[in-house]
Amino acid sequence: MLNVGKIEEGFVLDHIKAGRSMQIYRHLGLDKLDCTVAIIKNARSNVMGKKDILKVECDIDTLDLDILAFIDHNITVNVIKEGEIVEKRALFLPHQIKDVIKCHNPRCISSIEQGLPHIFYLADEEKEIYRCQYCDEKYQESAKTEN
Amino acid sequence: MTNNLRHLMKPLDFSVEELEQLFDTAADIEKNMSAYSHKCDGNILATCFYEPSTRTRLSFETAMLRLGGQVIGFSDASSSSVSKGESVADTIRVISSFADICAMRHPKEGAPMVAAANSIIPVINAGDGGHHHPTQTLTDLLTIRSLHGSLGGFTIGLCGDLKFGRTVHSLITALVRYKDIHFVFISPKELKVPDYIIDLLNENNITYEEVIKLEDVMSKLDLLYMTRVQKERFFNEEDYIRLRDFYILNEEKMALAKENMHVLHPLPRVNEISVEVDKDPRAAYFKQVQYGLYVRMALILTLLDKTDAHINQGLLRTF
Ligand SMILES: [Zn+2]
Repeated sequence: MLNVGKIEEGFVLDHIKAGRSMQIYRHLGLDKLDCTVAIIKNARSNVMGKKDILKVECDIDTLDLDILAFIDHNITVNVIKEGEIVEKRALFLPHQIKDVIKCHNPRCISSIEQGLPHIFYLADEEKEIYRCQYCDEKYQESAKTEN
Repeated sequence: MTNNLRHLMKPLDFSVEELEQLFDTAADIEKNMSAYSHKCDGNILATCFYEPSTRTRLSFETAMLRLGGQVIGFSDASSSSVSKGESVADTIRVISSFADICAMRHPKEGAPMVAAANSIIPVINAGDGGHHHPTQTLTDLLTIRSLHGSLGGFTIGLCGDLKFGRTVHSLITALVRYKDIHFVFISPKELKVPDYIIDLLNENNITYEEVIKLEDVMSKLDLLYMTRVQKERFFNEEDYIRLRDFYILNEEKMALAKENMHVLHPLPRVNEISVEVDKDPRAAYFKQVQYGLYVRMALILTLLDKTDAHINQGLLRTF
Protein backbone atom coordinates (compact mmCIF):
# COMPACT_ATOMS: atom_id res chain seq x y z
CA MET A 1 0.00 0.00 0.00
CA LEU A 2 1.00 3.57 -0.65
CA ASN A 3 2.75 4.81 2.45
CA VAL A 4 1.98 8.20 3.81
CA GLY A 5 4.21 9.28 6.66
CA LYS A 6 3.32 8.55 10.24
CA ILE A 7 1.58 11.23 12.23
CA GLU A 8 2.52 12.32 15.74
CA GLU A 9 -0.87 13.32 17.08
CA GLY A 10 -4.26 13.14 15.42
CA PHE A 11 -6.60 10.63 13.85
CA VAL A 12 -6.52 7.90 11.32
CA LEU A 13 -10.01 7.33 10.00
CA ASP A 14 -10.04 3.88 8.48
CA HIS A 15 -12.60 1.76 6.62
CA ILE A 16 -14.28 4.73 4.99
CA LYS A 17 -16.50 3.56 2.17
CA ALA A 18 -14.61 4.21 -1.08
CA GLY A 19 -15.50 7.61 -2.49
CA ARG A 20 -16.75 9.15 0.72
CA SER A 21 -13.50 10.65 1.99
CA MET A 22 -14.03 14.07 0.42
CA GLN A 23 -17.51 14.28 1.90
CA ILE A 24 -16.06 13.57 5.33
CA TYR A 25 -13.25 16.05 4.69
CA ARG A 26 -15.87 18.75 4.19
CA HIS A 27 -18.17 17.74 7.05
CA LEU A 28 -15.34 17.67 9.56
CA GLY A 29 -14.39 21.16 8.43
CA LEU A 30 -10.87 20.05 7.49
CA ASP A 31 -10.84 22.53 4.64
CA LYS A 32 -10.94 25.28 7.24
CA LEU A 33 -8.07 23.96 9.38
CA ASP A 34 -4.43 24.37 8.46
CA CYS A 35 -3.38 20.97 9.73
CA THR A 36 -1.79 18.25 7.63
CA VAL A 37 -4.33 15.96 6.02
CA ALA A 38 -3.64 12.89 3.92
CA ILE A 39 -6.49 11.56 1.84
CA ILE A 40 -6.01 8.05 0.59
CA LYS A 41 -8.59 6.98 -1.97
CA ASN A 42 -9.38 3.49 -3.17
CA ALA A 43 -6.94 1.69 -0.91
CA ARG A 44 -7.17 -2.09 -1.14
CA SER A 45 -9.05 -3.73 1.69
CA ASN A 46 -9.57 -7.42 2.36
CA VAL A 47 -12.96 -6.80 3.87
CA MET A 48 -14.29 -3.96 1.77
CA GLY A 49 -12.52 -4.42 -1.55
CA LYS A 50 -11.78 -0.72 -1.78
CA LYS A 51 -11.79 1.82 0.97
CA ASP A 52 -10.73 5.39 1.72
CA ILE A 53 -8.52 6.47 4.60
CA LEU A 54 -8.08 9.91 6.12
CA LYS A 55 -5.07 10.86 8.21
CA VAL A 56 -5.38 14.09 10.10
CA GLU A 57 -2.56 15.58 12.12
CA CYS A 58 -4.12 17.78 14.78
CA ASP A 59 -4.85 18.22 18.44
CA ILE A 60 -7.27 15.38 19.16
CA ASP A 61 -9.73 17.71 20.86
CA THR A 62 -10.18 19.97 17.88
CA LEU A 63 -12.44 17.67 15.87
CA ASP A 64 -16.06 16.80 16.56
CA LEU A 65 -16.33 13.30 15.25
CA ASP A 66 -20.02 12.69 16.03
CA ILE A 67 -20.95 13.48 12.48
CA LEU A 68 -18.92 10.46 11.31
CA ALA A 69 -21.41 8.16 12.98
CA PHE A 70 -24.16 9.73 10.94
CA ILE A 71 -22.25 9.44 7.66
CA ASP A 72 -21.08 5.89 8.26
CA HIS A 73 -20.81 4.16 11.61
CA ASN A 74 -18.48 1.52 10.21
CA ILE A 75 -15.61 3.99 10.09
CA THR A 76 -12.82 3.06 12.48
CA VAL A 77 -11.43 5.99 14.41
CA ASN A 78 -7.85 5.48 15.58
CA VAL A 79 -6.58 8.11 17.97
CA ILE A 80 -2.84 8.72 17.59
CA LYS A 81 -0.57 10.14 20.24
CA GLU A 82 3.24 10.19 20.05
CA GLY A 83 3.05 8.21 16.84
CA GLU A 84 1.08 5.31 18.33
CA ILE A 85 -2.55 4.26 18.27
CA VAL A 86 -3.71 4.95 21.82
CA GLU A 87 -7.43 4.46 21.38
CA LYS A 88 -10.03 3.13 19.01
CA ARG A 89 -12.85 5.57 19.53
CA ALA A 90 -16.46 4.43 19.38
CA LEU A 91 -18.85 6.54 17.35
CA PHE A 92 -22.20 7.71 18.67
CA LEU A 93 -25.04 9.05 16.61
CA PRO A 94 -25.37 12.78 17.25
CA HIS A 95 -28.71 13.86 18.70
CA GLN A 96 -28.78 16.78 16.34
CA ILE A 97 -27.18 17.49 12.99
CA LYS A 98 -26.86 21.07 11.88
CA ASP A 99 -26.14 22.20 8.33
CA VAL A 100 -24.92 18.85 7.09
CA ILE A 101 -27.94 17.59 5.21
CA LYS A 102 -30.94 19.35 3.75
CA CYS A 103 -34.62 18.53 3.94
CA HIS A 104 -36.02 17.25 0.66
CA ASN A 105 -39.64 17.97 1.49
CA PRO A 106 -40.79 20.69 -0.92
CA ARG A 107 -43.52 21.70 1.56
CA CYS A 108 -40.93 22.39 4.28
CA ILE A 109 -40.21 25.97 5.36
CA SER A 110 -36.50 25.19 5.01
CA SER A 111 -37.02 25.06 1.25
CA ILE A 112 -37.74 28.81 1.08
CA GLU A 113 -36.66 30.58 4.27
CA GLN A 114 -33.35 32.37 3.82
CA GLY A 115 -30.58 31.95 6.37
CA LEU A 116 -32.34 29.11 8.15
CA PRO A 117 -30.04 26.44 9.61
CA HIS A 118 -30.86 22.93 8.40
CA ILE A 119 -31.39 20.96 11.57
CA PHE A 120 -32.24 17.28 11.93
CA TYR A 121 -32.90 15.41 15.15
CA LEU A 122 -32.33 11.76 15.96
CA ALA A 123 -35.86 10.36 16.07
CA ASP A 124 -35.03 6.66 16.41
CA GLU A 125 -31.56 5.65 17.55
CA GLU A 126 -32.03 1.97 16.86
CA LYS A 127 -33.18 2.47 13.29
CA GLU A 128 -30.87 5.47 12.80
CA ILE A 129 -33.70 7.68 11.68
CA TYR A 130 -33.22 11.43 11.51
CA ARG A 131 -36.10 13.83 11.01
CA CYS A 132 -36.20 17.45 9.94
CA GLN A 133 -36.71 19.72 12.94
CA TYR A 134 -39.20 21.85 11.01
CA CYS A 135 -41.44 19.41 9.14
CA ASP A 136 -40.51 16.06 10.78
CA GLU A 137 -39.89 14.49 7.37
CA LYS A 138 -37.66 11.44 7.57
CA TYR A 139 -34.21 11.84 6.04
CA GLN A 140 -33.75 9.29 3.27
CA GLU A 141 -30.49 7.37 3.24
CA SER A 142 -30.38 7.41 -0.56
CA ALA A 143 -29.95 11.17 -0.50
CA LYS A 144 -26.93 10.99 1.82
CA THR A 145 -24.33 10.78 -0.90
CA GLU A 146 -25.79 13.70 -2.81
CA ASN A 147 -24.43 16.21 -0.33
CA MET B 1 -42.18 37.70 30.00
CA THR B 2 -39.39 36.44 27.77
CA ASN B 3 -38.07 34.22 30.58
CA ASN B 4 -41.00 31.81 30.54
CA LEU B 5 -41.91 32.36 26.94
CA ARG B 6 -44.12 29.54 25.81
CA HIS B 7 -45.46 28.67 22.35
CA LEU B 8 -47.89 26.13 20.97
CA MET B 9 -46.47 24.29 17.98
CA LYS B 10 -47.80 20.73 18.21
CA PRO B 11 -50.90 19.09 19.73
CA LEU B 12 -48.77 17.29 22.31
CA ASP B 13 -46.75 20.32 23.48
CA PHE B 14 -48.83 20.41 26.66
CA SER B 15 -48.78 17.57 29.18
CA VAL B 16 -52.04 15.90 30.22
CA GLU B 17 -51.95 17.93 33.46
CA GLU B 18 -51.38 21.20 31.62
CA LEU B 19 -54.24 20.36 29.29
CA GLU B 20 -56.48 19.72 32.27
CA GLN B 21 -55.75 23.23 33.51
CA LEU B 22 -56.35 24.68 30.08
CA PHE B 23 -59.66 22.83 29.74
CA ASP B 24 -60.71 23.87 33.25
CA THR B 25 -60.14 27.47 32.25
CA ALA B 26 -62.06 26.91 29.01
CA ALA B 27 -64.94 25.30 30.90
CA ASP B 28 -65.05 28.25 33.26
CA ILE B 29 -65.08 30.65 30.31
CA GLU B 30 -68.10 28.77 28.95
CA LYS B 31 -69.94 29.32 32.23
CA ASN B 32 -68.77 32.84 33.04
CA MET B 33 -67.95 34.48 29.75
CA SER B 34 -68.53 37.99 31.04
CA ALA B 35 -65.99 37.53 33.83
CA TYR B 36 -63.32 37.28 31.17
CA SER B 37 -64.21 40.28 29.08
CA HIS B 38 -61.40 42.47 30.43
CA LYS B 39 -58.67 39.88 31.00
CA CYS B 40 -56.68 41.06 28.03
CA ASP B 41 -57.45 44.77 28.10
CA GLY B 42 -54.62 46.53 26.35
CA ASN B 43 -53.22 43.37 24.76
CA ILE B 44 -52.90 42.82 21.04
CA LEU B 45 -53.12 39.56 19.11
CA ALA B 46 -51.49 39.44 15.68
CA THR B 47 -53.04 36.97 13.25
CA CYS B 48 -50.40 36.29 10.59
CA PHE B 49 -52.15 34.19 8.00
CA TYR B 50 -49.96 33.45 4.98
CA GLU B 51 -52.88 31.58 3.45
CA PRO B 52 -56.55 32.25 3.98
CA SER B 53 -58.43 30.21 6.57
CA THR B 54 -61.30 32.41 7.48
CA ARG B 55 -62.88 30.24 10.16
CA THR B 56 -59.67 29.67 12.10
CA ARG B 57 -58.68 33.33 11.86
CA LEU B 58 -62.09 34.57 12.99
CA SER B 59 -62.03 32.14 15.89
CA PHE B 60 -58.67 33.52 17.08
CA GLU B 61 -59.73 37.11 16.56
CA THR B 62 -63.03 36.60 18.35
CA ALA B 63 -61.21 34.92 21.22
CA MET B 64 -58.99 37.97 21.72
CA LEU B 65 -61.87 40.44 21.30
CA ARG B 66 -63.95 38.50 23.85
CA LEU B 67 -61.04 38.82 26.28
CA GLY B 68 -61.03 42.58 25.84
CA GLY B 69 -57.92 42.66 23.66
CA GLN B 70 -57.42 43.94 20.16
CA VAL B 71 -56.34 42.41 16.90
CA ILE B 72 -53.98 43.23 14.04
CA GLY B 73 -52.79 41.04 11.19
CA PHE B 74 -53.00 39.92 7.61
CA SER B 75 -55.16 37.24 6.08
CA ASP B 76 -53.14 36.15 3.09
CA ALA B 77 -49.57 36.55 1.98
CA SER B 78 -50.26 38.58 -1.16
CA SER B 79 -51.53 41.56 0.82
CA SER B 80 -48.42 41.92 2.96
CA SER B 81 -44.69 42.50 2.82
CA VAL B 82 -44.41 38.73 2.67
CA SER B 83 -45.17 38.94 -1.02
CA LYS B 84 -41.99 40.98 -1.36
CA GLY B 85 -40.08 37.98 -0.06
CA GLU B 86 -39.65 38.87 3.60
CA SER B 87 -38.58 35.88 5.66
CA VAL B 88 -40.73 34.45 8.44
CA ALA B 89 -37.93 35.29 10.88
CA ASP B 90 -37.97 38.97 9.90
CA THR B 91 -41.75 39.16 9.90
CA ILE B 92 -42.05 37.84 13.45
CA ARG B 93 -39.30 40.20 14.66
CA VAL B 94 -41.41 43.08 13.38
CA ILE B 95 -44.69 41.63 14.70
CA SER B 96 -43.02 40.99 18.08
CA SER B 97 -42.52 44.71 18.53
CA PHE B 98 -46.21 45.47 17.81
CA ALA B 99 -48.22 42.67 19.42
CA ASP B 100 -48.24 40.60 22.64
CA ILE B 101 -49.09 37.25 21.06
CA CYS B 102 -49.22 35.85 17.53
CA ALA B 103 -51.27 33.18 15.79
CA MET B 104 -49.60 32.09 12.57
CA ARG B 105 -50.90 30.06 9.67
CA HIS B 106 -48.51 29.18 6.87
CA PRO B 107 -48.63 26.80 3.91
CA LYS B 108 -45.06 25.63 4.61
CA GLU B 109 -44.51 23.01 7.29
CA GLY B 110 -42.49 24.21 10.27
CA ALA B 111 -42.92 27.93 9.54
CA PRO B 112 -44.45 28.72 12.96
CA MET B 113 -41.47 26.99 14.56
CA VAL B 114 -39.13 29.33 12.71
CA ALA B 115 -41.26 32.20 13.95
CA ALA B 116 -41.16 30.94 17.55
CA ALA B 117 -37.38 30.65 17.43
CA ASN B 118 -37.10 34.33 16.48
CA SER B 119 -39.91 35.72 18.62
CA ILE B 120 -40.07 37.51 21.94
CA ILE B 121 -43.85 36.93 22.14
CA PRO B 122 -45.78 33.63 22.31
CA VAL B 123 -46.49 32.09 18.90
CA ILE B 124 -49.44 29.77 18.27
CA ASN B 125 -49.34 27.46 15.28
CA ALA B 126 -52.69 28.03 13.57
CA GLY B 127 -51.93 25.38 10.95
CA ASP B 128 -48.73 24.74 8.98
CA GLY B 129 -49.57 22.95 5.75
CA GLY B 130 -50.38 19.30 6.30
CA HIS B 131 -48.18 19.20 9.37
CA HIS B 132 -49.89 20.37 12.60
CA HIS B 133 -53.02 22.24 13.59
CA PRO B 134 -52.88 22.00 17.38
CA THR B 135 -55.82 24.27 18.21
CA GLN B 136 -58.09 21.98 16.16
CA THR B 137 -56.97 19.04 18.30
CA LEU B 138 -57.45 21.07 21.50
CA THR B 139 -60.93 21.99 20.26
CA ASP B 140 -61.77 18.34 19.65
CA LEU B 141 -60.47 17.29 23.08
CA LEU B 142 -62.39 20.04 24.88
CA THR B 143 -65.57 19.16 22.97
CA ILE B 144 -65.28 15.50 23.96
CA ARG B 145 -64.45 16.38 27.57
CA SER B 146 -67.38 18.77 27.82
CA LEU B 147 -70.00 16.65 26.07
CA HIS B 148 -69.00 13.20 27.28
CA GLY B 149 -67.95 14.47 30.69
CA SER B 150 -64.42 13.07 30.62
CA LEU B 151 -61.50 12.27 28.35
CA GLY B 152 -61.66 8.52 28.63
CA GLY B 153 -64.10 5.69 29.18
CA PHE B 154 -65.76 5.77 25.77
CA THR B 155 -65.96 4.16 22.35
CA ILE B 156 -65.17 6.63 19.60
CA GLY B 157 -65.83 6.04 15.92
CA LEU B 158 -63.74 7.87 13.35
CA CYS B 159 -65.33 7.83 9.95
CA GLY B 160 -64.26 8.80 6.45
CA ASP B 161 -60.81 9.49 5.07
CA LEU B 162 -58.59 8.11 7.82
CA LYS B 163 -55.52 7.86 5.62
CA PHE B 164 -54.87 11.47 4.66
CA GLY B 165 -56.83 13.21 7.40
CA ARG B 166 -54.35 15.07 9.58
CA THR B 167 -57.12 16.09 11.99
CA VAL B 168 -57.95 12.49 12.69
CA HIS B 169 -54.33 11.41 13.15
CA SER B 170 -53.69 14.25 15.62
CA LEU B 171 -56.82 13.43 17.58
CA ILE B 172 -55.98 9.72 17.86
CA THR B 173 -52.41 10.54 18.91
CA ALA B 174 -53.71 12.91 21.57
CA LEU B 175 -56.32 10.43 22.85
CA VAL B 176 -53.71 7.71 23.29
CA ARG B 177 -52.67 9.51 26.49
CA TYR B 178 -56.06 8.84 28.13
CA LYS B 179 -57.58 5.67 29.60
CA ASP B 180 -60.30 3.24 28.55
CA ILE B 181 -60.84 4.39 25.01
CA HIS B 182 -61.90 1.96 22.31
CA PHE B 183 -61.38 3.12 18.72
CA VAL B 184 -63.59 2.13 15.81
CA PHE B 185 -62.16 3.07 12.43
CA ILE B 186 -64.75 3.32 9.69
CA SER B 187 -63.34 3.80 6.21
CA PRO B 188 -62.99 2.25 2.78
CA LYS B 189 -59.99 -0.09 2.44
CA GLU B 190 -58.15 2.53 0.40
CA LEU B 191 -58.42 5.12 3.15
CA LYS B 192 -57.55 3.13 6.28
CA VAL B 193 -55.55 4.64 9.14
CA PRO B 194 -51.81 4.51 8.43
CA ASP B 195 -49.60 1.84 9.99
CA TYR B 196 -47.86 4.20 12.36
CA ILE B 197 -51.18 4.92 14.09
CA ILE B 198 -51.93 1.20 14.40
CA ASP B 199 -48.41 0.65 15.80
CA LEU B 200 -48.97 3.42 18.32
CA LEU B 201 -52.23 1.83 19.50
CA ASN B 202 -50.65 -1.62 19.77
CA GLU B 203 -47.68 -0.26 21.71
CA ASN B 204 -50.09 1.28 24.20
CA ASN B 205 -52.36 -1.79 24.40
CA ILE B 206 -55.31 0.20 23.13
CA THR B 207 -58.18 -1.71 21.55
CA TYR B 208 -59.49 -0.86 18.11
CA GLU B 209 -61.43 -2.31 15.22
CA GLU B 210 -61.56 -1.46 11.53
CA VAL B 211 -64.82 -1.67 9.61
CA ILE B 212 -66.12 -0.66 6.20
CA LYS B 213 -69.70 0.37 6.97
CA LEU B 214 -70.79 3.01 9.45
CA GLU B 215 -74.19 1.44 10.13
CA ASP B 216 -72.57 -1.80 11.34
CA VAL B 217 -71.05 -0.07 14.36
CA MET B 218 -73.35 2.87 14.93
CA SER B 219 -75.07 1.36 17.98
CA LYS B 220 -71.90 0.95 20.02
CA LEU B 221 -70.49 4.47 19.64
CA ASP B 222 -70.42 7.13 22.36
CA LEU B 223 -68.79 9.59 20.00
CA LEU B 224 -68.64 9.75 16.23
CA TYR B 225 -66.02 11.91 14.52
CA MET B 226 -66.97 12.45 10.88
CA THR B 227 -64.61 13.54 8.09
CA ARG B 228 -65.09 13.95 4.40
CA VAL B 229 -64.36 11.24 1.85
CA GLN B 230 -63.08 13.04 -1.21
CA LYS B 231 -63.80 11.65 -4.62
CA GLU B 232 -60.21 12.27 -5.77
CA ARG B 233 -58.94 9.79 -3.19
CA PHE B 234 -60.52 6.86 -4.99
CA PHE B 235 -58.87 4.89 -7.74
CA ASN B 236 -62.00 4.85 -9.86
CA GLU B 237 -65.46 6.35 -10.10
CA GLU B 238 -67.19 2.99 -9.62
CA ASP B 239 -65.67 2.41 -6.20
CA TYR B 240 -66.56 5.92 -5.17
CA ILE B 241 -70.20 5.57 -6.16
CA ARG B 242 -70.41 2.11 -4.56
CA LEU B 243 -68.90 3.22 -1.26
CA ARG B 244 -69.77 6.87 -0.69
CA ASP B 245 -73.15 6.22 0.92
CA PHE B 246 -71.49 4.17 3.67
CA TYR B 247 -69.87 7.37 4.88
CA ILE B 248 -72.76 9.77 4.68
CA LEU B 249 -74.46 10.33 7.99
CA ASN B 250 -78.23 10.68 7.72
CA GLU B 251 -81.35 10.26 9.87
CA GLU B 252 -81.53 6.53 9.12
CA LYS B 253 -78.09 5.87 10.51
CA MET B 254 -78.69 8.23 13.44
CA ALA B 255 -81.71 6.08 14.35
CA LEU B 256 -79.28 3.22 15.11
CA ALA B 257 -77.17 5.30 17.49
CA LYS B 258 -77.30 5.65 21.26
CA GLU B 259 -79.50 8.36 22.71
CA ASN B 260 -76.51 10.14 24.22
CA MET B 261 -74.04 9.82 21.37
CA HIS B 262 -72.36 12.98 20.04
CA VAL B 263 -71.44 13.67 16.42
CA LEU B 264 -68.33 15.78 15.80
CA HIS B 265 -66.91 17.17 12.57
CA PRO B 266 -64.02 19.62 12.06
CA LEU B 267 -66.02 21.58 9.42
CA PRO B 268 -66.47 22.67 6.73
CA ARG B 269 -68.91 19.93 5.92
CA VAL B 270 -69.80 19.20 2.31
CA ASN B 271 -72.24 16.33 2.03
CA GLU B 272 -70.95 13.75 4.50
CA ILE B 273 -73.53 14.82 7.07
CA SER B 274 -77.02 15.39 5.70
CA VAL B 275 -78.54 18.69 6.81
CA GLU B 276 -81.47 16.73 8.27
CA VAL B 277 -79.09 15.57 11.04
CA ASP B 278 -78.45 19.16 12.15
CA LYS B 279 -81.64 19.33 14.20
CA ASP B 280 -80.80 16.10 16.03
CA PRO B 281 -79.69 17.01 19.57
CA ARG B 282 -76.76 14.63 19.15
CA ALA B 283 -75.29 16.75 16.36
CA ALA B 284 -72.47 18.58 18.13
CA TYR B 285 -70.43 20.02 15.27
CA PHE B 286 -71.66 23.58 15.71
CA LYS B 287 -71.14 23.36 19.48
CA GLN B 288 -67.63 22.23 18.59
CA VAL B 289 -67.05 25.62 16.96
CA GLN B 290 -67.98 27.27 20.26
CA TYR B 291 -65.57 25.04 22.15
CA GLY B 292 -62.95 26.11 19.63
CA LEU B 293 -63.51 29.68 20.74
CA TYR B 294 -63.34 28.82 24.46
CA VAL B 295 -60.17 26.80 24.06
CA ARG B 296 -58.47 29.59 22.09
CA MET B 297 -59.47 32.08 24.78
CA ALA B 298 -58.03 29.77 27.43
CA LEU B 299 -54.91 29.30 25.34
CA ILE B 300 -54.33 33.03 24.93
CA LEU B 301 -54.75 33.50 28.70
CA THR B 302 -52.38 30.62 29.41
CA LEU B 303 -49.65 31.79 27.03
CA LEU B 304 -49.94 35.37 28.28
CA ASP B 305 -49.71 33.98 31.81
CA LYS B 306 -53.00 35.53 32.87
CA THR B 307 -54.73 32.47 34.31
CA ASP B 308 -53.57 33.05 37.91
CA ALA B 309 -55.35 36.37 38.02
CA HIS B 310 -58.45 34.53 36.93
CA ILE B 311 -58.20 31.87 39.62
CA ASN B 312 -57.89 34.60 42.27
CA GLN B 313 -60.92 36.34 40.90
CA GLY B 314 -62.75 33.03 40.82
CA LEU B 315 -62.09 32.70 44.55
CA LEU B 316 -63.30 36.22 45.17
CA ARG B 317 -66.50 35.44 43.34
CA THR B 318 -67.11 32.38 45.46
CA PHE B 319 -66.87 34.25 48.76
ZN1 LIG C 1 -38.20 19.77 6.56
